[in-house]
Amino acid sequence: MNDLIFKILISIGVIFNLFGCIGLIRLPDVYNRLQSATKCVTLGTCSILLSLVFKFGFSEIGMKGIIAIPLLFFASTVAAHALIKGAHFFGVKLGDQSMIDDYEKDKEKKSKK
Amino acid sequence: MNLFLNIALYAQIALCFFCLYRIVKGPTIPDRMVGIDIFGILVVGICVIIAVLTDKMFIIDIGIAWIILSFIGTLTLAKYLGGRKLNE
Amino acid sequence: MRYIVLFFILLIVWLVLTFDLTFPNLLVGALAAIITTVIFGPHFVRDVRKFFQPQRYLWLLIFLIVFVWECLKANFDVAYRVLHPAMPIKPGIVKVKLNLKSDIAKTILANAITMTPGTISVDLVDDILYVHWIYVSSFDPEIYSHKVAGRFEKYIKRIFD
Repeated sequence: MNDLIFKILISIGVIFNLFGCIGLIRLPDVYNRLQSATKCVTLGTCSILLSLVFKFGFSEIGMKGIIAIPLLFFASTVAAHALIKGAHFFGVKLGDQSMIDDYEKDKEKKSKK
Repeated sequence: MNLFLNIALYAQIALCFFCLYRIVKGPTIPDRMVGIDIFGILVVGICVIIAVLTDKMFIIDIGIAWIILSFIGTLTLAKYLGGRKLNE
Repeated sequence: MRYIVLFFILLIVWLVLTFDLTFPNLLVGALAAIITTVIFGPHFVRDVRKFFQPQRYLWLLIFLIVFVWECLKANFDVAYRVLHPAMPIKPGIVKVKLNLKSDIAKTILANAITMTPGTISVDLVDDILYVHWIYVSSFDPEIYSHKVAGRFEKYIKRIFD
């Protein structure tokens, strides 16, 4: 039973990683790529780490897997936040399909003052 | 069991080539950095699968250390990208 | 007071990570925890009484269940947009006003927004959060601030504020 859950969780992890990487290739500009890649790859890797608990139980290795999940979660979200802010400061414009950019407007307003 | 883990390992390595494509091809510098960041997270999954496959459990410790190192590297590059000092 | 709380949290994390209750391991863990406390203590949360109120942990459990569900929904949403041949995206950056006070609550909310369907937080200026949204469905601030932040705000207000 536990072996089956282990296999299912690893499969889910690899499939979500695949979706994230397809998004990294297909989507048009850096902001959308970051969206798909961060969400899917983080959840996929969390699922692979969680599978350790079902394989080894709450032993030394399973606890390492559990500790790594919040670490990975905060690390990847903060890194995505820093990258998207850095890209905006670097001057990458939003893609052609974009509707609205409040951040750019507010930055211009601030620099005028 | 071994066959399943081998397939998962090679699938994960194939996904790394998607990231390499984005790093090589990326039209702007931030695109390349996104590729590096995602590459770092994929390596953690590879570490876990190799640890279970070869039964050497210290490789999971390498994975945990890799999360922190990749995080610090991405933060430094992102700060540099924004043209700010490191203590802002 | 808050230095002591931080020290014990770090020691527990060390013990869980190494899973070894012998005396030398405990000594090394205590030494590492003391060094970390001295360096990072001034940046820890100010009001440590929050750690001893049990109803916060109950709300944290409910929040985690809601959050995991939203996370799964986010992933299927992204998978749908990526695999669809025409890629139905309308990206844009909108701004959302928050009613949270403490810094830690704002940080957790920004991280939670990054993992929810189609949104990623860009910048936080005082209490205005700029959010990159992959599918901007309306231009009315009332509607989209409820859609983006309203799902988690009431839980986070009870847990961290």
